[in-house]
Amino acid sequence: MERPLTQHIHPGRPPFSIREYEMEGGYAAVRRALAGISPENVQQVVKDSGLKGRGGAGFNTGMKWSFVPMGAGAPRTKYLIANADEMEPGTFKDRMLIEGNPHQLIEGMILAAYAIQANISYVFLRWAYRYAAQLLQKSIQEAYGAGYLGVNILGSGYNLDMRLHTGVGRYMCGEETALLNALEGKRATPRAKPPFPQVSGLFGKPTIVNNVETLSCIPHIVNNGAAWFKSLSQSEDDGGTKIYGVSGKVRSPGAWELPMGVPMRELIEEYAGGMKDGLGLKGVLPGGASTDFLTSEHLDIKMDFRSVSAAGSRLGTGTMIVLDDATCPVGFVHNLQHFFAQESCGWCTPCREGLPWVEKVLLSIEKGNGTEEDLQLLEMHTQMLGPGNTFCALAPGAMEPLQSALKYFRADFDDHIKEKKCPYSHADHLYR
Amino acid sequence: METEKNDSMLTAAEIAAIDHEIDLLPYKKAAVIEALKVIQQHRGWVSDESIAAVADYLEMGAAEVDSVATFYNLIFRKPVGRHVILLCDSISCYVMGYGRLFAALRQKLSIGFGETTTDQRFTLLPNACLGCCDHAPSLMIDETLYKDVTVEVLDELLSNYQ
Repeated sequence: MERPLTQHIHPGRPPFSIREYEMEGGYAAVRRALAGISPENVQQVVKDSGLKGRGGAGFNTGMKWSFVPMGAGAPRTKYLIANADEMEPGTFKDRMLIEGNPHQLIEGMILAAYAIQANISYVFLRWAYRYAAQLLQKSIQEAYGAGYLGVNILGSGYNLDMRLHTGVGRYMCGEETALLNALEGKRATPRAKPPFPQVSGLFGKPTIVNNVETLSCIPHIVNNGAAWFKSLSQSEDDGGTKIYGVSGKVRSPGAWELPMGVPMRELIEEYAGGMKDGLGLKGVLPGGASTDFLTSEHLDIKMDFRSVSAAGSRLGTGTMIVLDDATCPVGFVHNLQHFFAQESCGWCTPCREGLPWVEKVLLSIEKGNGTEEDLQLLEMHTQMLGPGNTFCALAPGAMEPLQSALKYFRADFDDHIKEKKCPYSHADHLYR
Repeated sequence: METEKNDSMLTAAEIAAIDHEIDLLPYKKAAVIEALKVIQQHRGWVSDESIAAVADYLEMGAAEVDSVATFYNLIFRKPVGRHVILLCDSISCYVMGYGRLFAALRQKLSIGFGETTTDQRFTLLPNACLGCCDHAPSLMIDETLYKDVTVEVLDELLSNYQ
């Protein structure tokens, strides 16, 4: 099984220096592209590869790039940004890719920037990733030193600068347009679309924002072609491998690079080693905190964008969180809603006011003070904060685990209300 | 003569660091987050006087600078202790026992979230997912990440930070 993204990542060993990376074929894709592949052809091979955005939205990457104005009439300044603001609860794949092989990300960024003819690139990295920040700082310097960044790269006439920006917190910064506001020194609130960032993004210039995992795929696609990338996948319509993760009370939590479309059962039972002794699987958030629960009846679905959607959830980031049968689902969902309420940027009213209300109602149920009407109130919020009613995807994302918890774990909600207490015995379930 | 520390003046070192950021940007105001980071790095936190100083330097209103400063949870608008503990309270850590860690820290340090010990040694803050969910529960002290943290190791961990 080929694992292009993680082939040089070995836990316990520091990542490659630029010399080691080059000796294993690193920066060959940049050399090839700059020596004779047109930007349009780089866009085309990425489009043909079926690579979809690994940040969670799953939009075809080459297609996204194709909306950037090109040619003599295009603005002189364009930006390429790596979204390394990984903060979706339960998600830890981009950290692995950056800490494991920072040059792979940098090479992918150079190729993506070349494809859209951007001349300035940023890594937007969350503050908490301190080790990743050190590595990136050092690796970007190495790439300048080797002539892969700067003026007239490898004699091609193409210029590109790269800068590391470390954030100062807030989940909202991961939202593409809020990220742009943060980079401009503003509050990280989302922007109205259109105009899309591809046309008017950072400082009003054409901008592409791609996830770390997405960008890390690019050198391999340029080196090996679209057909090869597609062949890595077990999925009908998505190309490549995927970094999948499992956390929660499984025997061996972790992250693994596997063919796109691997069945959920294989991930949980084989790679994560199954549930810890004495525990059963009650539910799974397949792709981070803002995806709908699936249950044990869905274990055989393929983990690709279409299959997970067909089962009523989203692939999201592909890093799943397992809910075991000894953890209270109401407490679990309350924890998620606490996160979303806290991280709401406050820009639009339904999200700013609705999420704290949901959080309070859930806490009241968890503490044994809930009523039948509270459940109706929660149901109402899943509609009112759903798609189309808010400015960005934060609140609709928050409603996904709530609406599916009300569907699959209704008996647990009812028991809390009937018994006037949380029926689960674990000591630490009450929040704060 | 004793030099009085004056928060409303930027130091030469602070100005140099802020200017370095301004040089990379199309206009001054865009450097405000970087400027706040510079201030916090030098002063530990961002006071009202510091907000005013940044506002003057970047030719912005103080309220506008404050609206940015208060948006971001890692810009501290109150003094913090010598060491800051960021305890992950997101879902994987919640499932794996964040609650026990919080209870133990609260008891050992006699502070809750958002508070600082009376000896100014520690400030305890909750933090959203630290991105090491396969080694939950986790926390950071200053710039160091600790994984698979148990109540049993907390005393030793804290003793490294005086």
